[in-house]
Amino acid sequence: MSDSKRVRVVFESRASRIALVLFALGVIALAAAPYWGGRDDLQLLAEIYAYAALASLWNLLAGYAGLVSVGQQAYVGLGAYLLFALAILLGLSPLWALPLAGIISGLVAMPVAGLVFRLRGHYFAIGTWIVAEVFRLAASQVSLLGGGSGTSLPASMIIAIAPSRALRDAVEYWVALALALTILVAIVLLLRSRYGLALKAIRDSEVAARCSGIDVMRTKVLVYIVTACGTAMVGALIFLQRLRISPDAAFSVNDWTAFVIFITVIGGIGRIEGPIIGTIIFFVLRQTLADLGTLYLMMLGLVAIAVMLTAPKGVWGLIAERFGFSVFPLERRVILDDGTARK
Amino acid sequence: MSMPILALEKISKRFGAIVVAASIDLALDKGEALGIIGPNGAGKTTLFGIVSGTVAPDSGRVLYEGSDITRASPARRCAMGIGRSFQIPLPFTGMSVFENLVVASAFGARRREREAYQSCMDILERCGLAEKANRPAGSLTLLDRKRLELARALATDPAVLLLDEVAGGLTEYECQALVELIRALRRGGISIIWIEHVVHALVASIDRLLVLHNGAFIADGDPATVIRSPQVAEIYLGIEADA
Ligand SMILES: Nc1ncnc2c1ncn2[C@@H]1O[C@H](COP(=O)(O)OP(=O)(O)OP(=O)(O)O)[C@@H](O)[C@H]1O
Ligand SMILES: [Mg+2]
Repeated sequence: MSDSKRVRVVFESRASRIALVLFALGVIALAAAPYWGGRDDLQLLAEIYAYAALASLWNLLAGYAGLVSVGQQAYVGLGAYLLFALAILLGLSPLWALPLAGIISGLVAMPVAGLVFRLRGHYFAIGTWIVAEVFRLAASQVSLLGGGSGTSLPASMIIAIAPSRALRDAVEYWVALALALTILVAIVLLLRSRYGLALKAIRDSEVAARCSGIDVMRTKVLVYIVTACGTAMVGALIFLQRLRISPDAAFSVNDWTAFVIFITVIGGIGRIEGPIIGTIIFFVLRQTLADLGTLYLMMLGLVAIAVMLTAPKGVWGLIAERFGFSVFPLERRVILDDGTARK
Repeated sequence: MSMPILALEKISKRFGAIVVAASIDLALDKGEALGIIGPNGAGKTTLFGIVSGTVAPDSGRVLYEGSDITRASPARRCAMGIGRSFQIPLPFTGMSVFENLVVASAFGARRREREAYQSCMDILERCGLAEKANRPAGSLTLLDRKRLELARALATDPAVLLLDEVAGGLTEYECQALVELIRALRRGGISIIWIEHVVHALVASIDRLLVLHNGAFIADGDPATVIRSPQVAEIYLGIEADA
């Protein structure tokens, strides 16, 4: 058409730009935490970042790609064990071992995908859990890494991160923050790309998606591998901070899947902001109720049920629907060159 | 004689006791526009499923530009150049109308996303959806959903376009615009198969008309002649073609 106006496409709106600036200010304040916080604060914050990242990744997998895995602890543990193996057996600096653990885990995820993607629906979920159990059993057979009782990171390795304890705390903290932000940005970019559109299309109509040229399997496998890679790096970081690893801790279905699903569901599955809000709620609950012991877990369960009944799209779902607002908008809006935004 | 761009060879398909295709042969020449009519449940939509790859035939072959694509995935066929609209619209409801086309263009036409924007807007303009580009596709009326089906299929840059009842519910004026659009697409070199109950729009746009009944094409030829043929009168007994 000769008279067509030039097309411009944007994601942001005024409100989202303001929200993004606020978010950036928050990140700057958090980045300065080593200057205003104590050791406990840093450790708690780093743990919060790790959970926000794990939940964001699980949200990508289950909320956007429809792959309800209950076995992501397989990659938390794999990443953690790879970090320890690379550091202890090959003498690699932990900070280098971290990204490497992610890459190797992504490679491992390929044949695993070939296996679990043969399974449909509930069987997929069960399959992912079995894979995680197999990984856990395999880890407990590696006697070089302490077998079933696990092992610790040698002192020389710890010193390799940074010479003084205060500096080490700060470095590990910044790595945790940087990793969580990187994962968040990567997810936003992925969802804003053609693959994000493909995921939405598959969710809305798989038949129409296929007939529009989308290779459903390929798209889902891609998300599975990317998620595995990110999850493994987070796992590596968590256990780098703990300095100790054991199969039961590294492949814990409770810590790395149950809590993560809780966070995602109460925060709002299928929305970028959901897992972040969910993580904040989870830690507020944990810090206030942790003294209650088992009762605390039952309270978490009650909260989850209450949220699912009253706000099935989670807390962020409520906010987004009420105010039509998001911090990381994923929708393209067409703006024509004459300045008219189409409805 | 040049090779047909799309051919069905001895295609058979049944659902339980219902035979929807009994050894069907069909050839679509490059640039040709073919119309298919037939009573409800004749198997017209199923035939599109077999061509686009969403329905597996019991036997027979599907050929595209001479090569056997019977086992190719729908995504692969789309990328090769087979675009399809759905009789019951299947919009991607969670994204905007514009994004529905962008995703089809990015994957179906293998375009870089930025390069797809302009052509997607042009297609929306041609299909009468430009004003609604930023609307969520889930908010469209049935009529606009049908328009979106056509627009999204066009965004995949098809060489063969399969249209399944896109004219139903249009006003006379809109129907004329659709006929014009389809003629323009043909001038652009697209080969078309169009299933339609709105016979006058169909006849005004196509070269050849086929009638599907009991799993076979019982008539094939010049549209005006086929419409007046006794076989068609018999099938549609009592149902006057609304021409
Ligand atoms: N997946 C399926 N499983 C079982 N039966 C099916 C399936 N798909 C179609 N059918 C049956 O096959 C027959 C042909 O259906 P089809 O949709 O192809 O007909 P059609 O010619 O497009 O009809 P209409 O004019 O109503 O659109 C119908 O009897 C339908 O019920
Ligand atoms: Mg039909």
